[in-house]
Amino acid sequence: MLSLYTRRRIINAVGLAISMLAMAFGLFWLCWILWTLLEHGLPALTPLVFTQMTPPPGSSGGLLNAIAGSLAMTLVGTLIGTPIGILAGTYLAEFGQRGWLAPITRFINDVLLSAPSIVIGLFVYEVYVVHVKHFSGWAGALALSIIVIPIVIRTTENMLRLVPTTLREAAAALGAPQWKIINFITLRAARAGIITGVMLAIARISGETAPLLFTALNNQFWSSNMNQPMANLPVVIFQFAMSPYEDWQKLAWAGALLITLSVLTLNILARVLFRQKAASH
Amino acid sequence: MPMFLREASLKRHTVLDLLFRNLTRVSAFGVLVLLAAIIGSLVVGSMPTIRAFGFGFLTSSDWDPVNDQFGALIPIVGTLVTSAIALLIAIPVSFGIAIFLTELSPRVLRRPLGVAIELLAGIPSIIYGMWGLFVFAPLFAEHVEPWLNDHIGTMPYIGPFFSGPPMGIGMLAAGIILAIMVIPFIASVMRDVFEVVPTLLKESAYGLGATTWEVMWKVVLPYTKIGVVGGIMLGLGRALGETMAVTFVIGNAHELSKSLLMPGNSIASALANEFTEAYGELYTSALIELGLILFFITFVVLSLARYMLYKLGQREGQAS
Repeated sequence: MLSLYTRRRIINAVGLAISMLAMAFGLFWLCWILWTLLEHGLPALTPLVFTQMTPPPGSSGGLLNAIAGSLAMTLVGTLIGTPIGILAGTYLAEFGQRGWLAPITRFINDVLLSAPSIVIGLFVYEVYVVHVKHFSGWAGALALSIIVIPIVIRTTENMLRLVPTTLREAAAALGAPQWKIINFITLRAARAGIITGVMLAIARISGETAPLLFTALNNQFWSSNMNQPMANLPVVIFQFAMSPYEDWQKLAWAGALLITLSVLTLNILARVLFRQKAASH
Repeated sequence: MPMFLREASLKRHTVLDLLFRNLTRVSAFGVLVLLAAIIGSLVVGSMPTIRAFGFGFLTSSDWDPVNDQFGALIPIVGTLVTSAIALLIAIPVSFGIAIFLTELSPRVLRRPLGVAIELLAGIPSIIYGMWGLFVFAPLFAEHVEPWLNDHIGTMPYIGPFFSGPPMGIGMLAAGIILAIMVIPFIASVMRDVFEVVPTLLKESAYGLGATTWEVMWKVVLPYTKIGVVGGIMLGLGRALGETMAVTFVIGNAHELSKSLLMPGNSIASALANEFTEAYGELYTSALIELGLILFFITFVVLSLARYMLYKLGQREGQAS
């Protein structure tokens, strides 16, 4: 019979060993997925990928129209979502101390933050695509902007709350009106954090596939008209990866590597930026 | 005259203040409008099937576009089963990772390892799907599923769940991939929640001679219980609504089978696969009602999650 002390030490050692294994388990998948991407993606990543349009099966081609479409929709989605998000986040942080609107908005926003993105695609399909009767780049951008808004609201509010109240009081004591205090003092003080939030939002939407399936759809050709169905990387990857053609699958891997690299770069960049700013204070 | 000027500028600023305040208020109100619009449009879109099938839609396993017979049972079951598998795997692993990050990791490694786990959350879901289909599923079919068939598949009671043709893709594979996807979400919430435990409390326990494991299990976990459950619910919300990763590996079969190795369907993957190809009003409307059901389930789960996390935050506020 083991003494109580030994038993406790054994349980402790086993528990901690398991937790280390869990950590290794988590990192293992990250490494494995990244390795697979590099292994399949790098050989497929030729200059053609950036200069040619998506090909019909059996001929060579690239992803140029998909890359351009993704960039355009991400840009428009961010441009629509960011101002609304910052304004609403400002309300929650600066005016939201009293009343019923702020707590409810905060709650709903947190729920929307992790709402299934496919439902957002369905929503945009119902309110926009059905009425104009065709898929379009605008619809895709709209769906993406709905994903951006809650992320920007959350980070804007959090970052504004970090700004010390004394700063606001100092400005108010100098006679600055509230709109000036917020626009020129607090929002400026929270700028780095808010930019970080926007970058994280861009990272999030540049990999989103589900909301684009029923909104932007896809387009095999170059299209600079946002009012037409528009090619975009995630949907092209989805289509090409599910196809039986080998050269399509290869392009899908190239696209997958591109998306992952840009998303991870944005993520790391956002963190580094925020940390530098935080450290300089 | 100067007096008059000052008054004018004061008035101007009051107006600007009012404008700015209301501009931000309208934006915040927009979030509520957005939610109402999402629910409203989905309800309107699913009216034809609601009228045609009523509540029977939820319990019917029919899915026959040719004869216009639709039921949501198979996708609902598929969604719940895959998410349950994901949580079974993800909860213990996330707990381990959170313990490691808060208590065990050397200080230098704490940040990079935390970021690495968060990066796992940043990888787009379509990448998980591709990796699952091309890399994971073949290995799973070759090595794991035959073993499951031979060892667990022959057991009484749970046997039938684990026997079937080793195809790689199916409910079990989808559940495992979902687990990998939600681990970072749950782990980072758990880590954040563990970090709010007052150091004094932990040090008192250590001072009484408790081991690290005992401190985690008997001090930290009871203190943060609500937050931990909130984090798990947050992960569940993610798993329920996850689309692309599941679509690649679940097999998309409208069949209800006992075996987890068989292909199935989830709400999100049914939508992703069939929506653009749906013909006829009833078919489209059935898919939209699936979306409505999914939104409803995730909304309830996520609301509970947020409520629990708020509760923990409130208690934290009172304590300090």
